Amino acid sequence: MTKTITIPHVTRIEGHAKISIYLDEHGRVDRTHLHVTQVRGFEKFVEGRPYYEMPGITARICGICPVSHALASAKACEGIMAIRIPKPARMLREVLHLSQFVQSHALSYFYLSAPDLLLGMDEPVASRNIVGLLAKYPDRARDGIELRKFGQQAIAALAGERIHASWVVPGGVNQPLTLEARDSILRGVPAAREILRRAIAGHKASLDRFAEEIANFGATPDLYAGLVDEHGAPGLYDGRIRFVAGGPHVIATGLDPAAYEDFIAEAPQPGTYLKSPFYRPLGFPDGVYRVGPLARLNVIDQLPTEEAGEELAAFRSLCGRMPSSGFHYHYARLIEALYAVERLEHLLTDPAILDRHVRAKAAVNELEAVGCIEAPRGILIHHYKVDDKGAIKWANLIVATGHNSAAMDRAVESVSRRFIDGGNIQEGMLNRVCAVVRAYDPCLSCSTHALGIPDLVVELIPPDKAATSASSGTPPSPRRPSP
Amino acid sequence: MTSAATKARVATVWLDGCSGCHMSFLDLDDAVAQVAAKADIVYGPLVDAQDFPEDVDLTLVEGAVSSEDDLRQIQKIRKRTKVLVALGDCAVTGNVPAMRNTVPTQRLLDRVYGNGASARLFREGVPRLLDQAVPLHQVVKVDAHIPGCPPPPGAILQALVDLLAGRKPDLTTMVKFG
Ligand code: SF4
Repeated sequence: MTKTITIPHVTRIEGHAKISIYLDEHGRVDRTHLHVTQVRGFEKFVEGRPYYEMPGITARICGICPVSHALASAKACEGIMAIRIPKPARMLREVLHLSQFVQSHALSYFYLSAPDLLLGMDEPVASRNIVGLLAKYPDRARDGIELRKFGQQAIAALAGERIHASWVVPGGVNQPLTLEARDSILRGVPAAREILRRAIAGHKASLDRFAEEIANFGATPDLYAGLVDEHGAPGLYDGRIRFVAGGPHVIATGLDPAAYEDFIAEAPQPGTYLKSPFYRPLGFPDGVYRVGPLARLNVIDQLPTEEAGEELAAFRSLCGRMPSSGFHYHYARLIEALYAVERLEHLLTDPAILDRHVRAKAAVNELEAVGCIEAPRGILIHHYKVDDKGAIKWANLIVATGHNSAAMDRAVESVSRRFIDGGNIQEGMLNRVCAVVRAYDPCLSCSTHALGIPDLVVELIPPDKAATSASSGTPPSPRRPSP
Repeated sequence: MTSAATKARVATVWLDGCSGCHMSFLDLDDAVAQVAAKADIVYGPLVDAQDFPEDVDLTLVEGAVSSEDDLRQIQKIRKRTKVLVALGDCAVTGNVPAMRNTVPTQRLLDRVYGNGASARLFREGVPRLLDQAVPLHQVVKVDAHIPGCPPPPGAILQALVDLLAGRKPDLTTMVKFG
C-alpha cells in the first residue's frame, strides 16, 4: 500500500512550509514535495500607493531582512526619480546592509541550524533548539547571540531601530551618521571577528562528521547566480548579475539587473505558492539556478578583505572550486559574515562616512524602474511602474528564496531517499529532511510574493521540450493587471 | 523534565506576519536565556514540536488570521492556552496583511499566479485564503494586546513577566506606534 508522510510544520525556518513524502508499496520514497503555504499579495495591494511609501511597506514583507527590501525598494524609487544618491549615503546604506548580513547569517547559523549541527540531528525534540544549545554548549550559543546582537545594534546605531526603521528613504538616508554611533559600531568589531573565527574553525573541524549530509543535501542545480562588482568581488549592495555553472564555466556576466526580464523567467510549480525562476536562454528546467551564500561564493573571483579572502581560499581547497552540496550553505554563510564585518569596518573608518550630505531630492522623472540587491538569501529584485503623480500602477518582486525553490525541492527529495525508511520512521529522519530546508535558510514569508512574468503560461513542460519552448520567442513584457 | 512542574509553559505562534515580532523577542538578546530559565518554550518557530500542546500557560501570537489554516490553528490554540496575547500590530489590528482586504482573493491570486491559479493551488493542498485578513480578536477572545510594528523587546518582556505573575501589564510608557 502506498503511504504519505506529512511534516505539517517545517520548524526553525523563516516562514510556513510543509513537506509531503510519498512512499511506494515497498515503503520506499517515491517522490516528495515542499509546499509553501503562505501568500500575501504585496504586489497587488500596493497598487495606488505613492512610490515613496514602498520602502516602508515592503520592509514589512520580512522581519529578518527588512533592510534588503527597504534598500531594493529605495533603489527602484531612485530609478523613478532618475537620481544618483550622494556617496556618503551609499556608504551608509552599505554598512546597514552588511550589518544585516551579520545578524541574518547569525540567526540562520546559530539559532536555527546549530541545534542540528552541534546537538545532532537525532537530539530529542524538546531540547533541539537554542535553549538546549545554551544548556549544552553555552559558549557557542552565546557567540551566536552576541553576533546577532552586534548586527542588530549596528543597524540600530545607524537607523535608530533594529527592525523596520524608517531611515532608508528614496534619495538616500534621512540622518547622517554621528561620530558616537560610528564608534559604538567599531567597538564591537573585534569581538564579532573573534566569534566568526571560532565558528569557522569549529565548522571546518565538523565537516568529517557530516560526510553523509554533505553527500545527500542536494547538489543541483549546478548553476549559480549572484551580483558581482567590476573587480569580481561580491556586489552585495550593487552589482551586475553573473551566472556560473559547475566547472566553473561562466555562462553570462555583466548582466544589467534592470533588464532581468530578458534573461530570467519563472515557472509556477504545482502544490506550492512558490514559483521557480530560470535562466531564460537555457530554458526550464536546465536554466534553474541557485542563489544565496554558496552561490555567491561560487560566482565571485575574490573576497577583497584579508581574513575572509583567506577563508575563501581555504573553503575552495577543502570543498573544491565549485562546491555543490546544499550543506555548504552553512559554511559559506560564516565566511560571508566575516567578510561583512571586515568590509563594514573598512567603510566606517573612511572619514567620508561622516559627511552630512546624505539625501538627494527629486520628483517623478521616470515611469518605470528596477531596484536590485543581494539580500542575505540571494538576489532580490523590485520592479515598479508608476503614473506621472508617482502612484504605483504595477509592482513585481522577485525574492531570493524563490530562486532556490527548485533546489530546495530537489534537496528534500534527495535527503528523503537517503534517510527515510518507510518501515521504521524515526523522528531524526524527518528532522534531516527539515534540516536540508534550513541549510537554504529560506525566507518563505518573502518568497511567495513573486509575481514573475505574468504572460508566462502556467504549465509544466516535459524536460525534453523545455529548452525549446521556454527559450524561443521574444521575452514577454509585463502586462497591466486586469482592473 | 523535573523543572516542568514549576516552570511556565509558553508558546509562540506565527500566523500571517513578517517574523519581525519574533525577531523583536529575540532582540532581548541574552535576556532570552533568562526567559528560558523561567519558562519552557513548548511550541513555536524556534522549537521543533509539531503539534500545539495542551495546557499552555501563555501564548504570544504574531500575525493576522489570513488563511483557513490560521483560523483552525488559532481556534485550537485558544482552547489549549490560558492567556492568549496578540503580539504586534498585525495580530492587534490586521496591519499590513489586512492591506489586501480591498482586493478579492481570487483576483489577488490570479494576479500573482496567473488566471485560474487559485483553484489549482487549493486543490493541491495549499491552505485556502480567507476573504479578509483579520486581527485575532475578531475570531477568538484575546487576553492582552502588545501593539507596535514590532513591539519593542522591553515591552514584550514586561508583558511576559506581568502576565505570568497573574498581573495585568501596564505598557503605556513602553509601546510605540508603527
Ligand atoms: S506587527 Fe510589524 S513586525 Fe510584527 S509581524 Fe506585523 S509587520 Fe511584522
